Amino acid sequence: MTEIDPLKAGHAARREVDAPHSLVLSLPADRPLMMDAGVALAPLTIAYQTYGTLNADKTNAILVCHALTGDQHVANTHPLTGKPGWWEIMVGPGKPIDTDRYFVICSNVLGGCLGTTGPASTNPATGMPFGLDMPMVTIRDMVRAQALLVDQLGIGKLFCVIGGSMGGMQVLQWAAIYPERVFCAIPIATAPRHSSQNIAFNEVGRQAVMADPEWAGGRYFELGKSPTKGLAVARMAAHITYLSDEALHRKFGRKLQNKTAPTFSFDADFQIESYLRHQGSTFVERFDANTYLYLTRAMDYFDLAEDYDGSLARAFKDTKTRFCIVSFTSDWLFPTSASRSIVHALNANSASVSFVEIDTDKGHDAFLLDVPDLLATTSGFIESSARAFGLTEAKSA
Amino acid sequence: MTNATQYFAADSARIDLIVVKDMVAANTRVLDIGCGDGTLLRMLAEERGVDARGMELSQRGVNDCVAKGLSVIQGDADTDLADYPDDSFDYVILSQTLQATRNPRRVLEQMLRIGKRAIVSFPNFGHWRIRLQIMFAGRMPITENLPLAWYETPNIHFCTIRDFVSLVDEVDGQIERAVALDPSGAPMRVNAPWWIWNLFGEQAVFLLERRA
Repeated sequence: MTEIDPLKAGHAARREVDAPHSLVLSLPADRPLMMDAGVALAPLTIAYQTYGTLNADKTNAILVCHALTGDQHVANTHPLTGKPGWWEIMVGPGKPIDTDRYFVICSNVLGGCLGTTGPASTNPATGMPFGLDMPMVTIRDMVRAQALLVDQLGIGKLFCVIGGSMGGMQVLQWAAIYPERVFCAIPIATAPRHSSQNIAFNEVGRQAVMADPEWAGGRYFELGKSPTKGLAVARMAAHITYLSDEALHRKFGRKLQNKTAPTFSFDADFQIESYLRHQGSTFVERFDANTYLYLTRAMDYFDLAEDYDGSLARAFKDTKTRFCIVSFTSDWLFPTSASRSIVHALNANSASVSFVEIDTDKGHDAFLLDVPDLLATTSGFIESSARAFGLTEAKSA
Repeated sequence: MTNATQYFAADSARIDLIVVKDMVAANTRVLDIGCGDGTLLRMLAEERGVDARGMELSQRGVNDCVAKGLSVIQGDADTDLADYPDDSFDYVILSQTLQATRNPRRVLEQMLRIGKRAIVSFPNFGHWRIRLQIMFAGRMPITENLPLAWYETPNIHFCTIRDFVSLVDEVDGQIERAVALDPSGAPMRVNAPWWIWNLFGEQAVFLLERRA
């Protein structure tokens, strides 16, 4: 595996935690966030990015919710990796989420490591990183924090809330607890609850992190350590679940990496091994290990129906929000059956719902990729919703 | 249940959609089952100000509809109507799809449950041309509107107008209006007796409600 300089990795990531290259909302100690864990978190910092211009009526805001390892840098160069934003295929001028027309907001989730309060943030009480002293975070906590930000921006009702995977969970949570603040919702490649299989995958990842001696009970920053090996393994395992067997076979097959014959060793002979090692080693340069633990746990705890006496339909009772639900045929992590259960719950409320299963072999990651049907579906739905919401075209193409 | 238009000649056959549209009152809430590429949904939304929702089995049809901004879900008339509560819609429409469902009786019951009214259009298997083909050729009929051979057609439950009328009675529905279309697509004389319709109507469109 590529050697990683733990100090370098730690330092770069540390800088973004307490001094992010982002807009920052700092809520004072007298405005705590009431968390599901029963803790009032204060002070709270929320790091976020915006694109486009908020109109005078403040009616053209679209909130993008990011996935497990995403962040607020949707459509700008990433401050740590130097790479383009993670959803530039979807967000930008003339894109389905058209920044010439809409005011796009994305905040780093609560528990994240790109500037919003999380386990890597400095605990004002101790002057040291929270580590495992950070209260356990839920999807609902993330959404409550986002609502505080939306309040602060003076926006009453969001035109649209959109996100994939863990971002999709946040979209569902938004629609459930703030129905009057969401005109339309686009949950993509997601589920109303995390499945047993998905909890199992997350547990493997967490155990990989915690089995790394450098993790040191979560106090690695103070001890000058960095559990990069464990985190890289977690990322490698998770990355497999984001792809489909077909896509892996098409991309890598059994091809060897820069050689013509196997070496009869445990080097990365196969291209797929080399690819995964690369994924692991680049991930640890931008992501905090404890954040990985907290956010995977938040997904595990997500079960929207449970908050409504086991009835998912009740979570969306009499909702006026317009939904567009999207799944992908080759996504086995968040399969179409999960999306269909959301559709059934919405139908039980006679809600306005569109549901599209998109044929692709790109697996769960399809929501991040150039999948023409996804872009056409999203832009068609947003366009018709904008008409229904009375948003007139700001600039014609 | 598939995109119906691909199984029917495009020119004359979809006149039934106009007839269906004219049965729908303005500013109502409608579910179109088997909405295909969304032609009817669009007509209803644009010309009648209807809150139009669709259900379609084919992925391509659904994707096209949603990309056009229509509110459509991928679903199956045989299985996905059970989720809706009673009286969810003012009208539930099933155009040229009943004969492609696995359980037409159950589908019709569900339509009358979730809709205050149901509109059903279907090809009449009692039309004289079809009767003649079976009688003289001894083969399953192939017509302009039913162009596929028996082994490839999605239409697995054909019925005649008379058959449909008795099904309506069995599921405690009643006929509010009925229109038969001749092969040119023109509505037939309203006061013609049932046997005339059953013999000369190539398609039929029924507006149904629950029996009081």
